Amino acid sequence: MEAGKTKVISVLVENKPGVLHGVANLFRRRNFNIDSITVGLSEQPNTSRMTITVNGDQKTIEQVVKQLAKLIDVLTVEELEQGNFVMRELALIKVNVPTPKERSDIINCVDVFRGRVIDVSTDSLTVEITGTPDKIDAFLNLMKTFGVIELARTGITALARGSKSIRIDE
Amino acid sequence: MAKMSGAQALLESLERQNANVIFGILGGAILPVYDALCTYPNIRHILARHEQGAAHAAEGYARASGRVGVCMATSGPGATNLVTGIANAYMDSSPVVALTGQVPSSGVNTSYMIGRDAFQEADIVGITTPITKYNFQPRTVAEIPTVVNTAFYIASTGRPGPVLIDLPKNVQAQTAEVEVTDRIEARGYKSMIEMDLTKISEAVNLLTNAERPIILSGGGVIISNASDELMQMSDLLIAPVATTFMGKGSFPEGHPLSVGSIGMHGNPAANKLLGEADVLLAVGTRFSDRATANLDTFCPNAKKIHIDIDEAEIGKNVEVDVPIIGDAKTALKLLFTALTDKLHKTEDTRWSKRVKEAKEQLSPLLKDRPKDLVPKALLTELRKLLPENAIVTTEVGQNQMWSALYFQALKPRTFISSGGLGTMGFGFPAAIGAKVACPDRPVVDIAGDGSFIMTEQELACSVTEKIPVTVIVLNNSVLGMVAQWQRMLYKRRYMAVNLGKTPDFVKLAEAYGAQGFRATSIEEFQKAVKTALNSKVTTVIDVPIGSEEDVVPFVPPGCGLPQQRGDY
Repeated sequence: MEAGKTKVISVLVENKPGVLHGVANLFRRRNFNIDSITVGLSEQPNTSRMTITVNGDQKTIEQVVKQLAKLIDVLTVEELEQGNFVMRELALIKVNVPTPKERSDIINCVDVFRGRVIDVSTDSLTVEITGTPDKIDAFLNLMKTFGVIELARTGITALARGSKSIRIDE
Repeated sequence: MAKMSGAQALLESLERQNANVIFGILGGAILPVYDALCTYPNIRHILARHEQGAAHAAEGYARASGRVGVCMATSGPGATNLVTGIANAYMDSSPVVALTGQVPSSGVNTSYMIGRDAFQEADIVGITTPITKYNFQPRTVAEIPTVVNTAFYIASTGRPGPVLIDLPKNVQAQTAEVEVTDRIEARGYKSMIEMDLTKISEAVNLLTNAERPIILSGGGVIISNASDELMQMSDLLIAPVATTFMGKGSFPEGHPLSVGSIGMHGNPAANKLLGEADVLLAVGTRFSDRATANLDTFCPNAKKIHIDIDEAEIGKNVEVDVPIIGDAKTALKLLFTALTDKLHKTEDTRWSKRVKEAKEQLSPLLKDRPKDLVPKALLTELRKLLPENAIVTTEVGQNQMWSALYFQALKPRTFISSGGLGTMGFGFPAAIGAKVACPDRPVVDIAGDGSFIMTEQELACSVTEKIPVTVIVLNNSVLGMVAQWQRMLYKRRYMAVNLGKTPDFVKLAEAYGAQGFRATSIEEFQKAVKTALNSKVTTVIDVPIGSEEDVVPFVPPGCGLPQQRGDY
């Protein structure tokens, strides 16, 4: 991930219909660029956590945070501090396997990257790999030499390091 | 708890919010609410002739009174016709609650349900997401009171704005045990954040040391009812007050320290002085592009203090030195208290002299008075004919910018215009709404022929509902402002601006049962206005003007405020 350009924003939102639309709409309308967005339940009831990666300068990121905070279904917004958070992305990659030799080459790579083979057929392998987007990019580049049949990436999800938490006070 | 229908729950809740006027048009998907209205005589329904008119009328009502305006429409086209009005209220931060019918969310005939492209179905919640503060689609009868309370709360607090409630027809019709409560549910909504007092003291330091302070007052001052505090502040600092277009009326324009409104078609005195000031105190403004013009030359020599209730406005368009996030009235009070002990200014400082001189040299009002019934003469004359508390609305285009330049607004909430969205057709229905809110005060719409035609059908509403307003049509048979741009910026290549045969507005008024006059001289105009003000029926005054009349001076697009040009 390019340092200083892509920022990660953690957002707690109401878990109800239309919220994702509202957030996505805001980005489109205000001309902000989303690199990725992930949504799922959080530890709190009726509350989902969105992890949004945004591309832009500091002024843009500030506007993103302020405009998000204005949305009524947004409960808290925080820009995760560079270097002070953990993030992971998951990718599923279906790789072409022309010969048995290549099958073992691929499996070796998967081991090095601490991925897992989750499906096997006569002429393909499906690999699950988790890590930072950089790591996934690197693995993906290796796989391209064999031939990538299909790719699905989740986009990153992230949390602040340590006991610090972004939550809402009831 | 009481057993009632969704429609009743809605109307009970509206009554509880003291919302006793609804501007609307009915249709199939809102019929249960209209049926229930028969038994709520305290709620006045005003039948508009187009939903856009209903939405603008609700906004005119809101802006004249400071209360929430309510409009209502059916699903599909009824709802989409509200969209322009909702967008307008959003841009100008007006508290409006829009109610729409929706096809059923469940029921017996499943082909006629949300998501199945039913007859007159439109995703109005999706459509209005970017132009409302919030919107709701209640799916149960029981939640309606809380939804209504929350809608009114969100619409009217913080930075106000429109909120939409989309009511599926089955929810209106079903009955359930309902508790009509005062409950509000919006845990993610903060109407206000706590004011940072260190910023107040930073502002005090800047203002205490200022030699050439200027105040820029925006629409937020009017919304916050902070005109008295603004006046106090100006007196204390002996600072000239410029307003944005939306701030017009927040400071009496006849006051010696008033320098008029800034902007593309602003008062040259205001534009000039802004460039000379060393400290800018901007209150309740979002620094719109039409106000600031090119940002590189906007108020370049001044340290800037920015008071706004919306944190996202800080640094959005203009970088400021001291941001104060909070309500304009509260912030000005705090500033005033902190400043009074420190500041001992005496009149006739060099800055006050400069302000006086700039006004004398540059103010378009103080320049010669034409004898013919040209826009400038008409608008200065109109000011004399109207009492201080009369409400003026405008349409959009030349009529609006002439009004900004030549019509002095003297009190807050007496100048109502579509500033942000620039909606032609806004002024007339907004005037109707304002008149409903303030029936004892004269309401005048300053219109152009192009704009008036866009919502002229509301003459039927104003006549039938006995809401007498006065429309002054500056009739030049062209779409004047764009014609001016084509003249000035596109080498006079006119395209699609000529309106050709415009209707005879006198006959048009009469056809609707209103009265119409034509004025071609100042005397005729005076007579027509006086008659209109004493009439119990809506009056249209047609004023033919030259088709090549410009609004000058103006700042060409891309230029800065100092590059204002044109003889005036």
